[in-house]
Amino acid sequence: MTLTSLDPGILKASHPVPGAPNNWKRFFSFNTDAKVIGIQYIVTSLFFLLVGGLLAMIMRGELITPEADLVDRTVYNALYTMHGTIMLFLFMFPVLNGLNNLLIPCMIGAPDMAFPRLNAAAFWLVPVFGVILMASFLVPGGPAASGWWSYPPVSLQNPLGHLINGEALWITAVALSGVSSIMGAVNFVTTILRMRAPGMTFFRMPIFCWTALSAQTIQLIGLPALTGGAVMLLFDLVAGTSFYRPEGGGDPVLYQHFFWFYSHPAVYVIILPVFGIFSELFPVHARKPLFGYVFVAIASLVIVGLSLVVWVHHMFPSGVPQWMRDLFMVSTMLIAVPTGIKVFAWLGTLWGGKIQLNTPMLFSLGGLFNFVFAGVTGIMLATVPVDIHVNNTYFVVGHFHYVIYGAATMGVYAAIYHWFPKFTGHMYFEGLGKLHFLLTFVGTNLNFFPMHPLGLMGMPRRVSSYDPEFAFWNVIASLGGFLLGVSIIPFLLNLVSSWVWGPKAPANPWKAIGLEWLLPSPPPAENFEDNVPTVISGPYGYGTGKPLVEHQEAYERALQEA
Amino acid sequence: MTTLPTAPPGPTPTHGEGHASHPSYTLTGFIIFLCSESVIFLAFFAAYALLKSTATSWLPPGVEGLEWRTPLQFTVVLVSSSGTIAVAEHFLGKKRLWAFRGFLLLTMAMGALFLYGQASEWSGLSFGFTTGTFGSLFYLLTGFHGLHVATGILLMGLMLGRSFYPDNYEKGEQGVIAVSLFWHFVDVIWVLLFLLLYAWQA
Repeated sequence: MTLTSLDPGILKASHPVPGAPNNWKRFFSFNTDAKVIGIQYIVTSLFFLLVGGLLAMIMRGELITPEADLVDRTVYNALYTMHGTIMLFLFMFPVLNGLNNLLIPCMIGAPDMAFPRLNAAAFWLVPVFGVILMASFLVPGGPAASGWWSYPPVSLQNPLGHLINGEALWITAVALSGVSSIMGAVNFVTTILRMRAPGMTFFRMPIFCWTALSAQTIQLIGLPALTGGAVMLLFDLVAGTSFYRPEGGGDPVLYQHFFWFYSHPAVYVIILPVFGIFSELFPVHARKPLFGYVFVAIASLVIVGLSLVVWVHHMFPSGVPQWMRDLFMVSTMLIAVPTGIKVFAWLGTLWGGKIQLNTPMLFSLGGLFNFVFAGVTGIMLATVPVDIHVNNTYFVVGHFHYVIYGAATMGVYAAIYHWFPKFTGHMYFEGLGKLHFLLTFVGTNLNFFPMHPLGLMGMPRRVSSYDPEFAFWNVIASLGGFLLGVSIIPFLLNLVSSWVWGPKAPANPWKAIGLEWLLPSPPPAENFEDNVPTVISGPYGYGTGKPLVEHQEAYERALQEA
Repeated sequence: MTTLPTAPPGPTPTHGEGHASHPSYTLTGFIIFLCSESVIFLAFFAAYALLKSTATSWLPPGVEGLEWRTPLQFTVVLVSSSGTIAVAEHFLGKKRLWAFRGFLLLTMAMGALFLYGQASEWSGLSFGFTTGTFGSLFYLLTGFHGLHVATGILLMGLMLGRSFYPDNYEKGEQGVIAVSLFWHFVDVIWVLLFLLLYAWQA
């Protein structure tokens, strides 16, 4: 069959999955469409961002005065434990999996993920373990209170002696989160390896797909180790085994190895896709090809390799032998090389570009700024003497919040604004978006910068009262924290009102190059269906005039007719 | 006049559920999953090796060592079942369904025999799950492996049942290959486990 011109109806018609409603109800059903699942992931994760943020507000409220006067100390222990757990396992990973679901199939020209039902099952585990974790607020003794890393022997205390206690629920939730993420990772990796459009070789893939592939590889290698370690912790807690109990011959440091073997690379699971987002957005909004595409792509794989051999840098004060400290200090510092290559490539992309300061670009630039700052303190922390000096102080807290909020969450915001028109069919409101950026950027730096001088002065983390000499910086940090809380309001207002009342979005509002921009906004259920374009050049051909796919004009004209 | 490429010629196996035709990626996904699954075992092995090599006293009081001769016999049974499932696969390739079913059933029986051996060993041991670090690790490792053997037997039962559906094996081979890979995986893990638990007793 040959088409003389593409029937616009093919691109316009929506083909809902049989049995699933093609309206808002599908977002509450076991839907197997990756684009529905992506939105389910993102909305769920934003809900938990509010929950985790509320816990953070209470903590900053406590810390605005030196005395422990707002909440009980044991409640404070539960607050920081649950804040960290919720933000990582219920906000960060789900929101990135949401972006993966929306973007990967569209970017590589696949109709859906490789295993749609597995995909839906992986998503529906998220509310399940979310509820389990939330339920721990209601059990006697309250939620887990041993920090998000749950080190034994602290995590094995269980003073009330109940079988169902906060810690047991915490371990169950984290193990289920691991199962969900592994199911997701199998799906993403298979999809990227097997379902790319004809002509899309590995070195014609958008960088976001490279970084998603790298991040999901880390999930596959690292998560089983954490899950195994968590199962052993659960047995120690509820069955009385002695894996980590020193009195029975166990070794608590063994748990730290399991935990950090995954949980350090987990940082790269978070930041690699954000590197991908930066690499997608800078070329579009600076109208230039990505500088050093091949190096940026390969640097992602190098980061995967290195990230698996750096975990002991979290354990420098945990009684590890000196040779291990030296080795892991060097390997940690080596990560700065591939990361530096990426930062250099982004600067090269921006250099001399026609930079458009719209909301996604502002968030990307702000995120890059914060990331470079976090990278500098990261190198400081990699050094054994500095790390031992500032270990367990606010310096560490400041460093990782710059990474997780300053860089990663701002990158996620950038991605949400950038692809919002594509997947909702509506433009967002630029003014609200810029207000959101301003509040977020100022709030982030106001909240997290003061933690560095505090840490250097010696203020420990995880305390609800402190010496009055730390009060000045704590007040500033708390004000920044409340500003961050306020910054969510224009964001949510923008998302809801734009989706309902926003102006209709064209198929390609940014004049961007990429397969997802050859689809209508929002894309139909099976994306290109049988009309998958043949890719004939690499991504990011801005200003080169090279078409991305065969018959590009026909695809573009069909979009306009539709 | 421009032309657009259409779907590649020839029938492609469909995936059901109203999705556009595309080939099945079950095997790719399953191999990726197996690689991931092996890390859990590696983590448990590493825990065993680390705790054993740093322990001051390893075996529980009154235990001299593990008896290895009977477990070795069951090891031989399990390892040979990797051969029988390969034979089953061979007959499936030749479309000799009854021979396939027979050898699949034989493999399942050998797996069940191994589980029986495991259970009888457990019931004869003087230490339990909570008797110190060695006891905890011994039951964790053998129990987690046994769970995989049981899963493998269940999956083979599923393949056996599916073989009676007409036309199923037009596209069902990927499932059999996946189960067979899983079974080989379970065998290799057991050999490593045997070396770790029974051979390394010094």
